[in-house]
Amino acid sequence: MAAAAAAVTVAGLAACASSSSSGQASGQQTITVAVVNNPQMIDIQKLTPKGFSASHPNIKVKYVTLDENTLRDQVTKDVAAGGGQFDVVMIGPYEVPTWAKNHWIDDLSSFAAKDAAYDVNDLIKPIRDSLSVGGKLYASPFYGESSFLMYRKDLLAKAGLTMPAHPTWDQVAAMAKKLNEPGKGMAGICLRGKTGWGENLAPLDTVVNTFGGQWYDMSWNAHLTSPAFEKATNFYVNLIKAAGEPGAGNFSFNECANAMMQQKAAMWYDATVGASVIDAPGSPIAGKLGYAPAPVELTKNSGWLWSWALAIESSSKHKDAAWTYISWATSKQYIQYAGKQLGWASVPPGSRYSTYSNPSYKKAAGAFATPTLNEINGVNVSHPGVSPQPYVGVQYVGIPEFEDLGTRVSQEITAAIAGQETVAQALTKSQGYAVPVGQAHKSG
Amino acid sequence: MAVLADRRGDAAIASARARDRRRNRRRRIPLLPALLFTIVVTQIPFLLTIYYSLQSYSLYNPFARHFAGLHNYTLIFTDPIFRTALLNTVILTVVPVLLSLLLGLGIALLLDRKVLGRGLLRTLIVSPFLVMPAAAALVWKFTLLDTQFGLINWVLSPFGVNHTDWINNHAKETIITVLTWQWTPFMMLILLAGLQSQSGDVLEAARVDGAGGWQIFRRMTLPHLRQYMELGIVLGSIYIVQAFDAIFMITSGGPGQQTTNIPYYLYETAFRSFDIGRASAMGVVVVVITIVIATFALRTISGLFSEQGMEGRL
Repeated sequence: MAAAAAAVTVAGLAACASSSSSGQASGQQTITVAVVNNPQMIDIQKLTPKGFSASHPNIKVKYVTLDENTLRDQVTKDVAAGGGQFDVVMIGPYEVPTWAKNHWIDDLSSFAAKDAAYDVNDLIKPIRDSLSVGGKLYASPFYGESSFLMYRKDLLAKAGLTMPAHPTWDQVAAMAKKLNEPGKGMAGICLRGKTGWGENLAPLDTVVNTFGGQWYDMSWNAHLTSPAFEKATNFYVNLIKAAGEPGAGNFSFNECANAMMQQKAAMWYDATVGASVIDAPGSPIAGKLGYAPAPVELTKNSGWLWSWALAIESSSKHKDAAWTYISWATSKQYIQYAGKQLGWASVPPGSRYSTYSNPSYKKAAGAFATPTLNEINGVNVSHPGVSPQPYVGVQYVGIPEFEDLGTRVSQEITAAIAGQETVAQALTKSQGYAVPVGQAHKSG
Repeated sequence: MAVLADRRGDAAIASARARDRRRNRRRRIPLLPALLFTIVVTQIPFLLTIYYSLQSYSLYNPFARHFAGLHNYTLIFTDPIFRTALLNTVILTVVPVLLSLLLGLGIALLLDRKVLGRGLLRTLIVSPFLVMPAAAALVWKFTLLDTQFGLINWVLSPFGVNHTDWINNHAKETIITVLTWQWTPFMMLILLAGLQSQSGDVLEAARVDGAGGWQIFRRMTLPHLRQYMELGIVLGSIYIVQAFDAIFMITSGGPGQQTTNIPYYLYETAFRSFDIGRASAMGVVVVVITIVIATFALRTISGLFSEQGMEGRL
């Protein structure tokens, strides 16, 4: 009931917003943009008044900022019901195929084709491909990311440890246990434990892939209780218990970034974009960080692929204004502008090749620029693990049901991390959720 | 003659009654808009919910919507999570209601006495009820219960309690605490009103007759408070059974399904699985269960607390 009431309130607010826009000077439009509350998105909100509104007085940009899980719920509800509450929404490679198929978002290729300054071929190819369906771009990447290991060079040196060029998970676990000093409030490694398929399942699934596990085999049989899946999950949960941050069940990207900056964690396995947060000017640990590829066991690479990208809702009434905004927010010019205003290290990474050939960026982000690009280029989204899989996705299963299934499974993982149940119990329950979904795909 | 007069009298009475009825009907006309409004906002959505509950309708698959009969209901009754959520709802309602009633009674008794700064105390004690639930939930989650920066861990650290992950290790207790904290002032206000309506003469007479403080409380105050306690329990249950904000903000129903109650599970089904058919069926089942329980609970409670029942027990 509360949710329904909230929805009504939000809808009411949206209605107010749209009516106020039509009431103003002729030609003025308000576009509502829904974004995730990650640091680069907070930055663009600060830069919008001078960087965009000043040169586009007819377009008023209203931001709605939410955490990842809430954003997904809200935005999906809005597009699926044709609510038209948002004009521009921030989504990723998981959403694009289904949403495009359901005609919830518009093809951006035609807009981009008319816009000569918007150099589509400059968008990094694996990221661009993950946001396209049938060769048509449906969302423009604001930033792109893979995952890698970030570590404090100074702490490793003090402990007499050296990071191998291509570490395995076993090596990382051994180092994490040495670096772990709970008495001093220092965790060996920060890993996500928070519930949400985009939260704790993202890193865990990359571990599962490289340990030889998978969600479904080629005939859609669920394998969450397979020895490899169980070994990987045990490894992840035990590593958190032995050398992870206390209270890991509440930790995700932003919490781990904070823990690193507050010097409460020595290593962090997460999105490559994390480097632009903790290794940027103003961070107390800037310059002390080293970067290693995503740790592996049986595969050569294990990084994930993600992008927070901007798409136009099909029900939007201000599509041209929405494109004008997107073409600014995901342009080379915005990256230039943000670099000058905020410092080059914290510009949105992983979206455009031109960022990586920019001398100022190379100078400021030299430590993590190449590792990021290498990880992104090394990802194989249709075959990330040891065995072939019938779905697309590294850290997620690219089917619509996964939003629900993944949330259920991630709840069990959080319970296992918090010690409320064993990994075996968590996976047995999870298998129970996964089997009917697989059945549906077998018959379908 | 007498008979005739009687008949005439009867006719007069009958016509007077008819006039009354007409007048009453006219008097009710101004209420019609409100009645219509209530029907529009409650009954039409309910009928729509029943209609949706008979369909296989997923927002994710908008082109495959079709009539499904009672399939959604079968799904619900074979769904173990729904049973867990039902049990959680009972626990997360009954415990906070009783705890906040007891605490509310205690505080009301204290505030009924003459203490210095009673007005200020009362305002302070009511404040948890006035804070927006979402804001309060965030304060609990981050300021008080956070593993690394939380005040509770900091206060308890001299006693060796350190880095306790309250939210994930004691999820149910956390939600119960927050709900009790939030609803105690509500119970307190109702019971305080009850206490202040108790006439001083009766209490004085009891004291003159030699009754002690405990006897007065047991035999006079408590029976007097019966109606107020009933009201508190009924209203409190109605509100707390829908608890959503605290669960959504603090635990997201987890870990596992430990704090998933029916409203939260319904939210997940409707707005995360986007299974409108199943969510609607769940809504219908919940309404039926609520009506049944409410009827029985109300009867039991009023039986329990009726003057006789009270005297029989005490």
